[in-house]
Amino acid sequence: MLREIWLVFRRESTIALRNPAWIFIGILQPILYLVLFGPLMERIVTSTPGFPPGNAWVILTPALILQIALFSMFSGIGILVELRNGSLERLRVTPVRRLALLLGKVLNNAVQLFFQAVLVLVIALLAFDLSAPFAGVVLSLVIVLLMGITLSSVGYAAALMLRSEEAFIPALNTILLPVLLLSGILIPITTGLAPGWLYTVSRINPFTHIVDADRAAFRGDYALDSLFTGVVVLVVMAALAVFWGARTFQRENA
Amino acid sequence: MIEARGLARTFRSRGRTVEAVRGVDLDVAPGELVGFLGPNGAGKTTTLRMLTTLLRPTAGRATVAGRDLAEDPVGVRRRIGYVAQGGGTTPELKVIEEMVLQGRFYGLSKPDATRRTADLMKRLDIADLDDRVIKTLSGGQRRRLDVALGLLHDPRLVFMDEPSTGLDPQSRANLWGHIRALRDDHDTTVFLTTHYLDEADALCDRILVIDHGVIVAEGTPSELKAQVSGDRVEVGVPDQHVATTAEIAGKVPDAHEISTLDGTVRFRLPRGDTALPELLRAMDAAGIPMTSVQVQRPTLDDVFLTLTGRSLRDAETEPAPQAAPEKEKEATDVA
Repeated sequence: MLREIWLVFRRESTIALRNPAWIFIGILQPILYLVLFGPLMERIVTSTPGFPPGNAWVILTPALILQIALFSMFSGIGILVELRNGSLERLRVTPVRRLALLLGKVLNNAVQLFFQAVLVLVIALLAFDLSAPFAGVVLSLVIVLLMGITLSSVGYAAALMLRSEEAFIPALNTILLPVLLLSGILIPITTGLAPGWLYTVSRINPFTHIVDADRAAFRGDYALDSLFTGVVVLVVMAALAVFWGARTFQRENA
Repeated sequence: MIEARGLARTFRSRGRTVEAVRGVDLDVAPGELVGFLGPNGAGKTTTLRMLTTLLRPTAGRATVAGRDLAEDPVGVRRRIGYVAQGGGTTPELKVIEEMVLQGRFYGLSKPDATRRTADLMKRLDIADLDDRVIKTLSGGQRRRLDVALGLLHDPRLVFMDEPSTGLDPQSRANLWGHIRALRDDHDTTVFLTTHYLDEADALCDRILVIDHGVIVAEGTPSELKAQVSGDRVEVGVPDQHVATTAEIAGKVPDAHEISTLDGTVRFRLPRGDTALPELLRAMDAAGIPMTSVQVQRPTLDDVFLTLTGRSLRDAETEPAPQAAPEKEKEATDVA
């Protein structure tokens, strides 16, 4: 099984590295946020009460990394292309396990996301006023890996369910925007800043808790109640997402 | 090599049940090159997808390459090669990368996969393409790569779905050569679907004809043609002699389906070549000058027409009711 996952991972990463430009295009958005939005945040954070502790970069950087993690859902487009050009079917007639096909692909997405996250982090650390403890950075990278596994699995499962880009891309965009806004990606949704109803709604969004935990890691707050909810939510989501993906891959004709 | 009994598959689509394949029995012996012939939507691809473990039958059972389809699909996958309609290559990979990975997916070690890749690429005349990115290959080259990918693990049984569709005549002839060599030089059993009569005729030891989800005929190409009511004879005579000629033709033993049209008399009989001298003598005796004569062996298209009441070419262009299930299957199976 591990051999099969490795082989699929090798295949996927070879394809990805044939066109490495995409990996950089993927981090263009967070970098633009850092350059064009970060400086605004700096003033706002210091002059507005209600923000969580830490400077603008400690609030913004982890959120931007999780934003690109959410975009891992676009993995689904790749599987639709493979569905159409027949390469998925060819792999499905080999003895390779369906689960290995999924996990190899998901692992490639997660690793790719990991490197993108490292790049964004390095830029934020070197070019901007971000200072984060080493342990916190490591923890946040573990969170990113898990996010990548979760969201690319969801992307594959959803795409195989919808079966066409015309359905998949609009569906994804429709879901992503409210999820992003409600996670407090740009401006944290705290009791001090948001009206009560908005705060309540944001708490229902599982990603809010993950963003909160990641921000806590960045400011070196390893207290149990800052990290616990987010980490539990993430692990549960990862398990559900991989299960859903595996079910979809195992279904005939997927 | 293949033994299927009552293999059937229904699809459900918007509350409607469509029987794409209604119970197919088929046997393929080791070393045979069998063609599965039928119009689009007749159930060819659905049957093939069931035999290759891509689709679970809704009824029936089959043994493929010695393994039970339902109980040991992975065992079947290990033992068969599959060349899908339109292939299944990864456009971004290099030929050599795709080949070696494919071998490794079948459990070969890296050196074994590499050696096998080199052998196969030489055999299929694509040896010099190993470093090319697949999307830059020509149609014929890509098709040969598809075939090579299906052969990496040296399967005893290879399925090919419409192997020559979309190829230019030259690439097509070339591919046929490679398919024949599979059977002749490598003792591989080949099961291919096609809706080209000339392909089935040129390539296959035996043909199964499927229409509306059931097998309607099987046999060697010449056996099938013999099922059609014999050769077609066409005699050209001056207009004023047409009626007399038709009369004479009617007296030839076993002649039937006699028709006349603008100075030609047509009829069918089991052996046109042996009956012809007798006919000529009779016409000579009646003093009828003959302007032309033609004996035509029946074609597979005649067979198809006799079996299904429509020409294969018509069946293709007409939006047959059976065409729907094959297109819908992907959407419906997930529901």
